[in-house]
Amino acid sequence: MAALNLNVNGKKQIVDVDPNTPVLWVLRDHLNLVGTKYGCGIAQCGACTIHLDGVAVRSCQLPVSVIGEKSITTIEGLSESADHPVQQAWLEHDVPQCGYCQAGQIMTAAAFLKEHPNPSDEEIETAMNGNLCRCGTYLRIKAAVKTAAAKS
Amino acid sequence: MTIIKTNINRRSFLKASALAGGGMMLSFSWLAGCTPTTEEALALPKEWFELNSYIKIGDNGAITLMSPNPEFGSNVKTSMPMILADELDVDWKKVTVEQADFYPERFNRQFTGGSMGILLAWKPLRAAGATARQMLVNAAAQQWSVPAAEITTEAGMLHHKASGKTAGYGEVASLAARLAVPEEVALKEIKDFKIIGSSKKNVDGTDIVSGKPLFGIDYKQEGMLVAMIAHPPAFGLKVKSVDDSAARSMPGIKDVFIFKTLADDYERNGFDTTTFTELVAVVGNSTWEVMNAKKALKIEWEKKADQQVVVNGWGGKKTEVIPGGLESTMTHKTLMDEMSKKKASILRKDGDPEAAFKRAAKILERTYSAPYLAHNTMEPVNCFAHVTADKAELYGPIQAPEFIRNTIAARIGIPKENIHIKLARMGGGFGLRAYGHHMVEAAVISQKVKAPIKMVYTREDDMTYGIYRPTYTATYRAALDKENNLIAFHVKGGGIPEHAVHAMRFPAGAVDNYLAEGWSLDSNITIGAFRAPGSNFIAGAEQSFLDELAELAGKDPIEFRLELLERSKTKPVGEKNDYDPDRYAGVLKLVKEKSQWSEPQPNVHRGVSAYFCHNTYVAEVIDLEITNNKPVVKKVFAAVDCGIVVNPDAAINMGEGAIVDGIGNAFFGEMTFVEGVPQKNNFDKYRMIRQKEAPRSIEVHFLKNEKDPSGLGEPLFPPVFAALANALYKAKGKRYYQQPFLAEDITIG
Repeated sequence: MAALNLNVNGKKQIVDVDPNTPVLWVLRDHLNLVGTKYGCGIAQCGACTIHLDGVAVRSCQLPVSVIGEKSITTIEGLSESADHPVQQAWLEHDVPQCGYCQAGQIMTAAAFLKEHPNPSDEEIETAMNGNLCRCGTYLRIKAAVKTAAAKS
Repeated sequence: MTIIKTNINRRSFLKASALAGGGMMLSFSWLAGCTPTTEEALALPKEWFELNSYIKIGDNGAITLMSPNPEFGSNVKTSMPMILADELDVDWKKVTVEQADFYPERFNRQFTGGSMGILLAWKPLRAAGATARQMLVNAAAQQWSVPAAEITTEAGMLHHKASGKTAGYGEVASLAARLAVPEEVALKEIKDFKIIGSSKKNVDGTDIVSGKPLFGIDYKQEGMLVAMIAHPPAFGLKVKSVDDSAARSMPGIKDVFIFKTLADDYERNGFDTTTFTELVAVVGNSTWEVMNAKKALKIEWEKKADQQVVVNGWGGKKTEVIPGGLESTMTHKTLMDEMSKKKASILRKDGDPEAAFKRAAKILERTYSAPYLAHNTMEPVNCFAHVTADKAELYGPIQAPEFIRNTIAARIGIPKENIHIKLARMGGGFGLRAYGHHMVEAAVISQKVKAPIKMVYTREDDMTYGIYRPTYTATYRAALDKENNLIAFHVKGGGIPEHAVHAMRFPAGAVDNYLAEGWSLDSNITIGAFRAPGSNFIAGAEQSFLDELAELAGKDPIEFRLELLERSKTKPVGEKNDYDPDRYAGVLKLVKEKSQWSEPQPNVHRGVSAYFCHNTYVAEVIDLEITNNKPVVKKVFAAVDCGIVVNPDAAINMGEGAIVDGIGNAFFGEMTFVEGVPQKNNFDKYRMIRQKEAPRSIEVHFLKNEKDPSGLGEPLFPPVFAALANALYKAKGKRYYQQPFLAEDITIG
């Protein structure tokens, strides 16, 4: 066990955990931020996507010990009240079915759009290809990313 | 005007307080901890008045509607309250929706599955809404001393034109809640619907996109421990011994033990899985600690002998034998080939098929097959349980709480009235969560450790647990005469452990000489409902075969099907044909029109398919293009007859998802076994459809009619497989008979 200082959603947090613990479980079990989801544990499905200094990463295979000074943003910290352009676009297109993967999809999309504000369809498809949606809402996800790009 | 007896909904008028176990309405504390939005906070009334179990009206006119069925993504939590709200005649913007707990004394059929949710709730929900509205009208009539018949309602307001009196529902709700329930009420005319038929956003949309705790796996309670299970690595194995010394000494670990999920003499219902009846539990403080301790277990497994179990399911009580042994996909294939050549049970026979085959001008025979499939819901199996001396609280993903409550009661020895199941939003279902073994497991673990626990499966536990879609095969044979008329049709289908032949479905009824046969083989690999059970294979086989048959007959595939449907309508063969030829033809004609079938485009390869299952008719056309040598699904057209569409945009979303799911499973879906061991245990090995492989666009069109609504979760899924196979044939000049198609020679992009 080790006490670690983390910067999560703009707040300083101290957690006392095994340093090998993946960030996913630190968020879910220790910081009560359960919007970041467990899907596969091997960085294949994208449900656990968070931002590390603004870059989308899979939190399920990221040991908390390597975070250091980097800032973590989770879906809970993306906006105050679901008003980030990507979240708004998700609502406009009524994307979710079961909803389980959508936080991860949104985090991937938000980080992608920061780097690619005017993406082509192909760029969107490539950027979003790592996030599984078992309900098959891919067309709405793509449409929502385009809407968010147009509005932000 | 439709008058409906309110006793259709008798249980909804039972008041919570009048029931034994009324305390079951208590909410878990974490829900109360959620901060309401400003809008909600302003709308909080001082007092709520319950008109029936679905409807509460606040003194300020706020409306709370209960959504009875578990939500797994088909959007019933929005569409069911829409039905209530329309008959109640309220402003949808003022409605708050709450997920009901499992409470069979107060709600009809709290089961999500079989695409039956809306179909079976349609009348009870309309009745509940209309009855509450009538009680509000009666209360206003009493208060104003005017005839009830002269009072009209609109958007939560009551009006009496002659006297000019007007009031909000909230003003008379207190009185209305005390009035007798009318024996009969009038339902709205379909043309007067204001909410039904207009698209409403998912009521949980904002909570989903902001990551609120909605799912069972998100649940937490003070003092809660985390539990995981280890199950045998192969079907046909059981636990022999466990060396838990290393695991026990690891940080945060509280307990390790072997437990039985069902008592040995337990009489199972149809939803009690027989997969692994003995598991190893690891319980500790946090998920990561428990996950690591689980890896440190040294478990010795041994082979299971044949096992007899008593199952009291829909087919009545019977003893089933679960064979011992370690099964492999290769052996299954050999056995299935052998079985296909043997005699099978005759499921339906019309005319003299063999004589017709003898006089045929042309005969076509083809065999189709498909593998086991895992559901792979994005949310792995999990459940919260808190079992105390005399009661149990459970919260988790479950499609069929009714069945599992009895099982839990039998296993933990607590009467079912004291078992409280709260219905979590499910991170996908697809049939998997009709089987509530995880609730029993969580309850047993909580009882043993005497603490609230949340049990979570790893993805690997989840994917290798069983309850798969069965593996199937079907051989089709058809005879054409010299004029290319279909004179005989024969289907022989088999599977492990069940076949997928629906003998009374099309083209039965359209052919003079018809034979349907089925066979099955026992197995210890467990299976379960998977989106459109049976249909999810047989539709693909049948509709691929009809495509090839139409080609042999020199006919357009849509015209060929329409001719058969016309025959079935005008001169039906047999009496038990399980479809309406007009509605079937209706979706084919609509998809023909919408896809501009008659005007083929260069370099676009098209396939068509149509199927009727789960009370809904669907026809689909898939357009493929070949880009960089890979087929790309450019566009999918679907035509659907499901009667009235309650929430059109959500219905389209469901249709799009089913089509994407179909393409994914047709190309990639497959679980195989070697010596009982599932060969895929996570998404690196089990390929799922991703963004790049999804169609570039999908159009879902609905036939407009006034028939009662039927379901949508399943029916758009089965036709995809053949529409895709038929389009691939056009693109590649080769027929695809074995799923997944990827295993044959192609991929998709």
